[in-house]
Amino acid sequence: MVTTTPLEERLLELAGSVPDPELPVLTLRELGVVRAVRAHGTDSVEVDLTPTYTGCPAVEVMSLDIERVLRENGVREVTVRTVLAPAWSTDDITDEGRRKLREFGIAPPRTGAASGPVRVGLGPTRTREGGRPADGPEPVRCPHCGSAETELLSRFSSTACKALRRCLACREPFDHFKEL
Amino acid sequence: MTTTPAADTVPTAAALALGDDALVLSHRLGEWAGHAPVLEEEVALANIALDLLGQARVLLSMAGDEDELAFLREERAFRNLQLVEQPNGDFAHTIARQLYFSVYQHLLHDRLASGDGPFAPLAGKAVKEAAYHRDHAEQWTLRLGDGTDESHARMQRAVDALWRFTGEMFQPVEGLDGIDWPGLERAWLDAVQDVLGRATLTPPEGPRSGAWRAGAGRQGLHTEPFGRMLAEMQHLHRSHPGATW
Repeated sequence: MVTTTPLEERLLELAGSVPDPELPVLTLRELGVVRAVRAHGTDSVEVDLTPTYTGCPAVEVMSLDIERVLRENGVREVTVRTVLAPAWSTDDITDEGRRKLREFGIAPPRTGAASGPVRVGLGPTRTREGGRPADGPEPVRCPHCGSAETELLSRFSSTACKALRRCLACREPFDHFKEL
Repeated sequence: MTTTPAADTVPTAAALALGDDALVLSHRLGEWAGHAPVLEEEVALANIALDLLGQARVLLSMAGDEDELAFLREERAFRNLQLVEQPNGDFAHTIARQLYFSVYQHLLHDRLASGDGPFAPLAGKAVKEAAYHRDHAEQWTLRLGDGTDESHARMQRAVDALWRFTGEMFQPVEGLDGIDWPGLERAWLDAVQDVLGRATLTPPEGPRSGAWRAGAGRQGLHTEPFGRMLAEMQHLHRSHPGATW
């Protein structure tokens, strides 16, 4: 592992400040997708970017935005590399990122979810405050009213990374950033 | 054929086999756009197709130029399983195809991800995506199998019709040396039979291997519907070479 220079730290901060093209309330740093920045000399920079989903169409826009921001800050040559390993997980979203998602009306992913989708029974999957096994998943809370009483409408929503749910308390439908 | 540095380290045949599976199934699922029974399902099938397309792009790029491989190869050069090229049929056929393939893909990528071969990074991501695809297929299999008389009959027809294409999945793929194929097949059979049982469906009994079996997709032999699918998939690219947005 090469030590990060102060210049690379600054460039990493710049690259991480780019807003996510699909969820502009989040920065790429809060989403956890900018892995590393390596400077070769003073005007050539390589950025490691990891996709949320393999087929995420936002990766190309992210790369272009990172290039633009770094160029505007005096870097002459920018190369954005897509790296797959270690695989991105929703656990890489920062606490600040989760708070912003909630504010934006999207239920943030639950943490410690690397084991994949929560196995469910038939019918709409409901979560509630009590009555779950100690090792069961925590409830998905409505980002509007905070109720834990919500149900799954569809495992896939407006983008691959989200599921569609409805709050049983305030009846509002909402997106839930799926655990990955 | 030119030798690139990557050819020394990447098993091209395996990258094509796995990449073509993902590409072809992605295209089939995309055909549901505008035709799915409900809006949520339209979105779900499109999202699954997008995941598969992303995997296909990574895998085909390991074997060469992704666009050339996808749009300029002839039918006999594709190495996908015959299962994934089968037409969508009714919704039950699509779900049966999803069940058979997503359980296979989930189990296979889980094994590839835990190794240190060239496919481990992609498999580490794909296994998480395939887990959602598998869950989707299993839930629909249960709902349709254990649903109305009509949905039960259709789901049974679908799992029966596609059964003969499932033996091919466990033919060893050149370049995936660390995989225990008989073990993979046992795990697949256990998982699929468990779901079919819970869905009150009868596990099909027809041959999956042996003298009479379907499945030479990995050798480049495909079923009749595949040619028509390719024609549609490739015609825009071939009609307008080099076109850009």
